[in-house]
Amino acid sequence: MSFEPPLVRTAVQVNGFERKLEADARLTLLDALRDVIGLTGTKKGCDQGACGACTVLLEGRRVLSCLTLAAQCDGRQVTTIEALAGDDLHPLQAAFIRRDAFQCGFCTSGQIMSAVALLDEGRAGSDDEIREFMSGNLCRCGAYPNIVAAIRDVAGGRNHDA
Amino acid sequence: MREFAFVRPTNVEQAVELVTGDPDAAYLAGGTTLVDLMKDGVLRPRRVVDIARLPLREVIRTDHAVTVGALTTMEELAAEPVLAERAPVLREALLAGASTQLRNMATIGGNLLQRARCRYFRDPSVRACNKRSPGSGCAAVDESARMHAILGAGESCIALHASDLAVALVALDAVVHLQGTTGTRRVPLTEFYRVPGSTPERENVLEHGQLITAVEIPLPAAGTASGYLKIRDRASYEFALVSAAAVLEIRDGVIHDARMGLGGVGTIPWRAPTAESLLRGARPGTGVFRAAAASAIRDTFTVPGTAFKVALARRTIERALSTVSGGTP
Repeated sequence: MSFEPPLVRTAVQVNGFERKLEADARLTLLDALRDVIGLTGTKKGCDQGACGACTVLLEGRRVLSCLTLAAQCDGRQVTTIEALAGDDLHPLQAAFIRRDAFQCGFCTSGQIMSAVALLDEGRAGSDDEIREFMSGNLCRCGAYPNIVAAIRDVAGGRNHDA
Repeated sequence: MREFAFVRPTNVEQAVELVTGDPDAAYLAGGTTLVDLMKDGVLRPRRVVDIARLPLREVIRTDHAVTVGALTTMEELAAEPVLAERAPVLREALLAGASTQLRNMATIGGNLLQRARCRYFRDPSVRACNKRSPGSGCAAVDESARMHAILGAGESCIALHASDLAVALVALDAVVHLQGTTGTRRVPLTEFYRVPGSTPERENVLEHGQLITAVEIPLPAAGTASGYLKIRDRASYEFALVSAAAVLEIRDGVIHDARMGLGGVGTIPWRAPTAESLLRGARPGTGVFRAAAASAIRDTFTVPGTAFKVALARRTIERALSTVSGGTP
């Protein structure tokens, strides 16, 4: 039986630039970012919504790009790890390095994008709160204590500045 | 994933017509169930109807109820101040579910319609699954099971409904608003789900194409205490082994009203009416909590891997009642 659904035209704002896609409806946001747009900072871990490695911001909120269809993002703003650093690293990136908050590094861009959102949500008030609201990002190397420390550093600095 | 056509209707009526008129069409809201199960090959729609932008996102509060548009996300609802004030059980259940990323995607309507957490249902290479392929048998009963139901279960199916939100909502007597091509209707959530019986493929009363447009949540009387206790294998981002939603109105040292929902144990979000009637009129205390817990977990169907849930569920209920009534856990 032949079934050829039409390609879907989508325009997504990725890190401030408009990207036009004409693709199979099955294309996920994750695959669009990595394979079509060429931004490979976002990682494909489990590809089934369980590990958090593919975390990006959609309209400023953290989501899993592996369970988001690219077609759902038409006209939406997507922010990936590539947008964080300017001339200097983002404070969270610097803190992850300073605190040795990764070993293999595969989960790290998801951890950092999730942590960016966590700080915006105001949920980094204590180590327990950081652990609870970062629980959607798994780290098979077990760098959790150092991830919590890195986020605490940045949250503390922010609180201090406020 | 099977190929599909992607469409985005501009209003609710159009969406309902599209899906009702096409047996191979499916609604797409947050995608956390649908896209996942499409990748696994369990769900194979030919047409995916994106409803995420339809205007079903309002949260309307009156003195007695809050009515939540079905496309409100779990995070959005958890942030509503009225929950912390009048229905902590609902806020706690929402935040106990999934992760922030998933809660930013998943909608309230979609959460209620999430599919069973049974690894055999989610794996098309397993032949025996009455829910996926009626009449084929139940691998969970015959092989090994753990994250499965003990209430409302039987030889045909022991798949769990894993929503935390729905457990709190059945305890709060929530009502779902449905829209179809022939009109709208309201169904109490306690009458919305169907236990598997001999038709595990029918999970609720929805006809194909009917859409949940809103969930109406009556607010407990002022002074009512409530809470959600979730017991699981890890501290966060894990499904419940057992959970309990307790809503207690205590006046002058006597339980005036009691409502109880149970999770992790039922093929549907479970309400425990016999426990509630034991509690009503009693003074809070270990004796009555224990009796209520025993009465809630009766007529169970267990397999070797799920037998531990009987004792765990009773203790969870007892502790939830004790905590919510203000005693030490």
